[in-house]
Amino acid sequence: MTEAGLTKESRPVQEAPPVQEAGRPRRPLGAGLARPTVLILTGLWVAGPLLPLAVQAFTDQWFYPDLWPARWSLAGWEQALGPQSRLAEAVTTSVGIGAAVAALATALGAAAGRALAWHRLPGRRLIELVLLAPVLVPPFAVAMGAQIVYLRAGLADSLTGVVLAQLPAATAYATLLMSGVWAGVDPALERQARTLGAGTWRAFREVSLPQLRGGLVVAAMFAFLISWSDYLLTLLIGGGVVTTVPLLLFATAAGSGNQAATAAIALVAVAPPLLLTALAARQLAGRDTALLGVGR
Amino acid sequence: MTTDITVADLDHTYPGAATPTLRGVSLEVPVGTRTAVLGPSGSGKSTLLSIVAGLSTPTGGDVRLAGRSVLRQPPHRRDLGVVFQRPLLFPHLTVAENIAFGLRMRGTDRAAIRRRVAELLDAVSLPGYGERRSGELSGGQQQRVALARALAARPGVLLLDEPFSALDPQLRGEMRALLTELHRREGSTTLFVTHDRDEATDVADTVTVLLDGRVAQHAPPADLFRRPATLAVARFLGGAGNAIPGTASAGHFDCPLGRLRLDTDHRGAGLLLIRPAAIVVGDRQGDNVVPATITAVTDRGTHLDIQATSAGVTLHLTTGPATPLRPGDDTPLWLPPAHLSVVTP
Repeated sequence: MTEAGLTKESRPVQEAPPVQEAGRPRRPLGAGLARPTVLILTGLWVAGPLLPLAVQAFTDQWFYPDLWPARWSLAGWEQALGPQSRLAEAVTTSVGIGAAVAALATALGAAAGRALAWHRLPGRRLIELVLLAPVLVPPFAVAMGAQIVYLRAGLADSLTGVVLAQLPAATAYATLLMSGVWAGVDPALERQARTLGAGTWRAFREVSLPQLRGGLVVAAMFAFLISWSDYLLTLLIGGGVVTTVPLLLFATAAGSGNQAATAAIALVAVAPPLLLTALAARQLAGRDTALLGVGR
Repeated sequence: MTTDITVADLDHTYPGAATPTLRGVSLEVPVGTRTAVLGPSGSGKSTLLSIVAGLSTPTGGDVRLAGRSVLRQPPHRRDLGVVFQRPLLFPHLTVAENIAFGLRMRGTDRAAIRRRVAELLDAVSLPGYGERRSGELSGGQQQRVALARALAARPGVLLLDEPFSALDPQLRGEMRALLTELHRREGSTTLFVTHDRDEATDVADTVTVLLDGRVAQHAPPADLFRRPATLAVARFLGGAGNAIPGTASAGHFDCPLGRLRLDTDHRGAGLLLIRPAAIVVGDRQGDNVVPATITAVTDRGTHLDIQATSAGVTLHLTTGPATPLRPGDDTPLWLPPAHLSVVTP
């Protein structure tokens, strides 16, 4: 999901200006159709798996050889949203944890990214490799080790523990992303601001921060999505006390066997990523520079 | 409002560097004057400026503004304006917002900011450019905005680091004139760093020559050419074309050309320096006239480059393009005492 989010995000921003500048009359017909075709295919690729889900959520009878459900029903939704369900609570928990992780990871990532991009740190390559560790190391290994540490530290089975456990991976992503964004900001500008009467912090706020804004939005979005879709760490560190949407989804799927309710919860789980992507796309379409640093 | 700058015995060595960048540099810029620090690249001049601005810390010595040591003050408390080689306009702000930046940091009220910005836009001949973005301006226009921005808060001290080096030559001349004009209006004490000797002598009333991190000479521009303090200064300023060995005594210099009259503090063995353009061709009564034979004439269009020998010494001189001289001609040459200097060989 996050991977798809990245490509969907960065492409329009990078490619839109040249397309608009190209002289319209001289463009061959094929080129005019290429862009919508790619968009439609990409859309199908991303949304394809979700379509059966969307159908499933509104039926209670849909058996194997049938191409179409035999009967429509809102029973799944009634169950997912009903008084017995803990979906609302799970969504609140997920949003709260996600927001905390996003805020912390973005702030940490912005600070670390600045150091990586602007200063000649010894062992810079090594640091970048370590930052990639959450992607490279199997999550199960990390989660098992983390659980022992958190148990000893008395942080297991708590919201704080889950936030802290999700933070490293989210921060690593945010740092990598922000170091690319910082690389596109000229350090001499802050120096210039300081000679004009701005203190160190004010120079950052007035000069660099406005240039980072697009990057910060993307970093926060990624951090939130990493948190939102985390299952393993939340399960082990949260110890069943902290129930987020993915946990509820899995429990419903495995425990009740109610496919319609499972599909309904799954749709709820998918909504925020799509919503965030759409919002961020609007926010970023107007900005030209910062985002292009992503991935360098 | 303006402030004098004192740099006292400044030392600076970059961490891990074998040789120091600055060695015992002392320098004084009186209130309201303009001093250029002139030196080749690597002479430490930009480091000097960066220390005065508070962006670098010296390893020794002191910087005083208005008599007070500012070494412990961060740049934003030093009441300065700095213009670097690159305009460094803030890309997310308009031209007017860029110029207003320093005033806004000082909490000036809006009406006053608007008046001052309009006044400065006029002063740098960019009226009506306030709402543009820096990307829409040419290099010269951007640098003019940078100048206006540095001066907006009426700082006591204006520091410039090679501000016109990135511009093309014609524009550079205009910018020098603009800077002189702005200085006349605003009066900020100005310290100016450059490797371009024309720029230094055009803009400054005093020039400090910095060679290998040391002050080699501190003098008004004309004296610099007329009386270079050392052979290195003369070489850097392109005035070591005629260097004649001999012995200096009070009021005299004895060399193969004879006993020349001049005013020097140097005693004993030395090199007599005279710039090619200072030698006068033609018959003349009095001291310092030596007989010479022309050996080569090269027409440069704007002037003639002439080689002559006198008592076995080769002299280089330049004359007006229409001077009727040919190789083989015998002519007396006058070496004006005011243009003779003696340096240590």
